[in-house]
This record gives sequence, structure tokens and C-alpha cells, in this order.
Amino acid sequence: MTRAATIAAMWIALIALPWWLPLIGGYTALGSKVLIYAIATMGLNLVLGFTGGLSFGQAAYFGLGGYGAGMTLKYLVPSTPLAILIGTLVGGLAATILGPLVMRRRGIYFAMITIAIGQLFYFVIVRWNEVTGGEDGLAGFGRQDIHLGNVVIPLTDVNFYYLVLLCFTVAVAVMWTLLQSPLGHTWVAIRENRRRLQFLGVRPERYVWASFAIAGFITAFAGTLNALLFNFTSPQDLHWILSGDFVIMIVLGGMRSFFGPLIGVIIFVVAQDYLSSLTDNWMTFIGLIFVLIVLLFPRGVFGIFDRRAKIA
Amino acid sequence: MSAATAHEAAATAAPMAAPQAAAAWPFLQMVNVSRRFGSLKAVDDVSFDMAAGELRAVIGPNGAGKTTFFNLISGLLPPSQGRVIFDGEDITRRSIAHRVAKGIVRTFQITEILPDLSVFENIRVGVETARGINARPWIGRGERIAVNRRIEELIAIVNLTDKARRIVGELAHGDQRVVEVAVALSVGPRLLLLDEPTAGMGDSETEHMVDLVRRLHSDQGVSVLFIEHDMDIVFGIAQRITVLDRGRVLADGPPEQISADPQVRAAYLGEAE
Repeated sequence: MTRAATIAAMWIALIALPWWLPLIGGYTALGSKVLIYAIATMGLNLVLGFTGGLSFGQAAYFGLGGYGAGMTLKYLVPSTPLAILIGTLVGGLAATILGPLVMRRRGIYFAMITIAIGQLFYFVIVRWNEVTGGEDGLAGFGRQDIHLGNVVIPLTDVNFYYLVLLCFTVAVAVMWTLLQSPLGHTWVAIRENRRRLQFLGVRPERYVWASFAIAGFITAFAGTLNALLFNFTSPQDLHWILSGDFVIMIVLGGMRSFFGPLIGVIIFVVAQDYLSSLTDNWMTFIGLIFVLIVLLFPRGVFGIFDRRAKIA
Repeated sequence: MSAATAHEAAATAAPMAAPQAAAAWPFLQMVNVSRRFGSLKAVDDVSFDMAAGELRAVIGPNGAGKTTFFNLISGLLPPSQGRVIFDGEDITRRSIAHRVAKGIVRTFQITEILPDLSVFENIRVGVETARGINARPWIGRGERIAVNRRIEELIAIVNLTDKARRIVGELAHGDQRVVEVAVALSVGPRLLLLDEPTAGMGDSETEHMVDLVRRLHSDQGVSVLFIEHDMDIVFGIAQRITVLDRGRVLADGPPEQISADPQVRAAYLGEAE
């Protein structure tokens, strides 16, 4: 199959998901969760896979998006679109403001500072419990029906799935455009060889900042949808364990390919959903899958389709 | 014979380089420049002039300070003392980016490329940088066509058209070095610094690179300063030669003068022969 045909088939499968997923024992909300995590990990992958920055604190922006959306609904206005917008801005601006702390670090230091910043937000959310609900998480809000003129769209599970699919489509279009642009080319060049770029007269730091900030906005966008999916958000949504899971999903699917993270998310979320209903030790099996995939497909599952994939 | 053709070619290219050559100041000038690493003086009180349009070689035994000398010009290292002047501006304390914008572009002794990308993609980064569109989050059709045309042009100049879509990391060493030169060329250098362009190359690769350097100088009007160990190449194409030894300038002049210089023969060429 050509690339275009593969992508068309993927979209048809996604549009038809509410019909076929229940037939194989799934449920629509599981599809929503997969797409939400796909937005988050593909956003993170702009930094991780395409700019070469080991961002291990991305859940912070996911969680901030979730709290931004939840608190908007709970305290400000009962509007789903506004909740998504405000949550995205909160998480994205946090990443933008902290970008300068991150942009000069490289390798393991980049990982350390991103984890540290992520944990900082985690503790703020846990401690500020009059507003955030602390350890118990933020509840008491619900996604609101969408009003388009006189038409009211109730956000049932299926309708909410289509809202998520629409958001996924927009996020994919934005990220695809970015990676085809000179900015995207510069990111990849930073990943490949910072010094070469410096000696072409480019200052890599600013571009790393841009990558980190944009990834923050996209991950926060996914975080808002996650809060709306469950009508609940908790400090676990900012925790470094979730950041680590995001990285595992990306590595599973393939960090050098655009849709790689989606494949990784499907494997991870589906395995989690099925295995956790069978055993409490589901994480052991995820670990086993992870080891096998890293051994068999060093460039992730999607790597087998990549023209550059080579098993050394 | 080869030196003569290079001279003729330089003469025909002269109208291009004329505005630079006509200027009252030297193109590149170093005034009493030193660089210490602890107690080691890698570059020791070097003064150096280079005119626009020159094709100049820097030679010297290992540890003579040639690469440090390049690092001081390109801005990788600041000098401990002295001044570096390019095209009338004191650039001693200026950033790498500023120097590149002024036209000083370099390659490295150990090839610096984007290994997982194709030849086309390697050069694209340079072309987009040269057009000042690096930070654009989208690209229009017209711009894309212009960028692609320029990339194809550069690939043709360095004779890599048949390898344009190949991944650079998988190419032969000689081709990788040619790609590095093409990337340097893509940002529009006025002074190209080549650090051992033929290092580690076979005979035919070396020939290809020497021909490329000569053409960049004559056809593209680029001033070239290169470090080289192969004396056949140095005496074959350089118009002037600067000899460094233990961080100091031992001699400086046209090839005939350098090959006749007794000090140079004693310190360097004598060993080679």
C-alpha cells in the first residue's frame, strides 16, 4: 500500500470506530482515550523525536491542560469550547515561559530539568487543595453540550469521540505543516547536528524553545480532552510516571516517524485496558512487550515502514 | 599547469570580486593574535592578511596551531590576545552567527553533517538559512519552488545529482565531505574555511574535491582559505601559502617563495621529502 492509501485507510477506520470497536470487545471511550494520548505523544514527539530533546516531564502540561479545562468548567463558565481553549493556553503558556530554562540544556540535563519542572507543577497541584482538590483530584465538573447557533449537540460518548477525532485531525494537520516547514527542518537539523547548524549561523536555542513551547500547547490541548473524557482530573495526570509512559509509547511506536506515537499508544493503551482486567501485574506484561519491541524493532513498530529503518 | 589555470580563472572572476578587492582594508586581517590553552601557546602572536578573491593554503606540521587558527577566525574560540578583522569590521568578540552573516563559513576536520538526512535535506537547511526563513512555521508554494531550485543548483555544482536522495550517513567518506562543502556553500560564503578537505580520501575522491575547491574559487568567486597536508595539492592550487610552526607564522608568500625558503625546508618540507 502506498503511504496515501495507508493514511486514508487509517482515517476510515477512525471514523467508523464507534461501529467496529464494540464488536471486538472495546468501547467508544477507549477510542477517545487512544486519540487523546496520540495527540499528547505526537506533540511530545516534536521535541523528543524531531528536535532531539529528551523531555521527560511532558505530563505536567497534559495535567495543566486538564486542570485548566476542569477549573474553567467548575469555577468560570459552563462551556466546553472555552474549557478546551483556556486549558490549552494554561499548559502551553507554562511551557513557553519555562522554555528558556530548558533550551540550553542537552542530553541528560535536558531530561533532568524537564522532570524537575514537571514535578514542581505536580506538587503545586497537590498542595493547593482548596482549589484543585489536592490528592483526591478535581471533580464536580462535567463537559457541557455544544451550542452551534440553534443546534445543540449533546456530548454523549459517541459524539465526544467525534469531537476528539476532530481535535486529533486539527492537531495532526498543524504538526504535519510544522514538520514540512523551514522551522520543522531546523528542528530535525538540531537533532542531527547542533554544531553544523551553529556554523551555518543559526542559534539552536531559540528553535528548541519554539519546539518545547509548541509541544506544550499540543500536549495541554490533549490534556483538556482527557479531563472532559472522564469529567475528572487528578495529580496523576501531571506525574512523572505518566511522562515516562508517554516516552515509552513513543519509543514503542517509533520516535522517528510522524504516526509512530499513535501506534505506540494503541499498543500501550489497549494492552493496559485488557491486561489490567486480567491481572494486577499488567505493568510486567507491558514491560515485556516493551523489551521485545525494542529488541526486534529498534526504531519502533512504525520503523518497519520507514525507508530509513535499518536493524544494525 | 594547474596553478596557472587557477590564476587565469581568478583573473576572469575578478569583476565579481572587484568591490571587495577595491576596498581600502584587507579582507581578513589578524593582528597579533594569540591563543593559550593553560601554558600551551597554540597560536602565538600571529599577524595575517588575506585579500579578497584569494585561494590560500595554511600548512604546518601537526600541532602547529592550524585548526586553532581556524577556530579563532570562525568564532569557535575567542583569542587570548589580539584582534580579528573581517571586511573592515573588528569581529574579535562577535558571535559565530554574526560571522556567518558576514560571510565566514567553515567546514571541519571531522566531517560535520546531518547523518540521517538525505543530501537534498542537508543542503535544504543551509538554503533556508540563507533565505532567512528558518523560523517560519509554514512554507508557501512559490518559496518552496525557489528553495528546491537553489538546492538542485548547489547539488549540480558539487556533482552529486545522482546521489541527491541518498542518506548522507550511508555515502562514501569522500562524498560526505563534498556534502559538507555544499552545505557550507549554501549559506553564501564570501570566505570559505576548509579544514583538511581531502583528509582520509582516496585518489579519485581527492581529485574531485580539489577540482571542486578550484571551481568554487574561480566560478563562484569565493575566497578560500584551506588547511592541507598534501603538498601536491597545496602547491598545485594555492596562490599563496602561510606556514605555521609551533603557533607562529614561519613564512608567508607565493608557492615559489615558500618552496625556496630555507627555514620552511628545514622545519617542515625537509621532513616530508
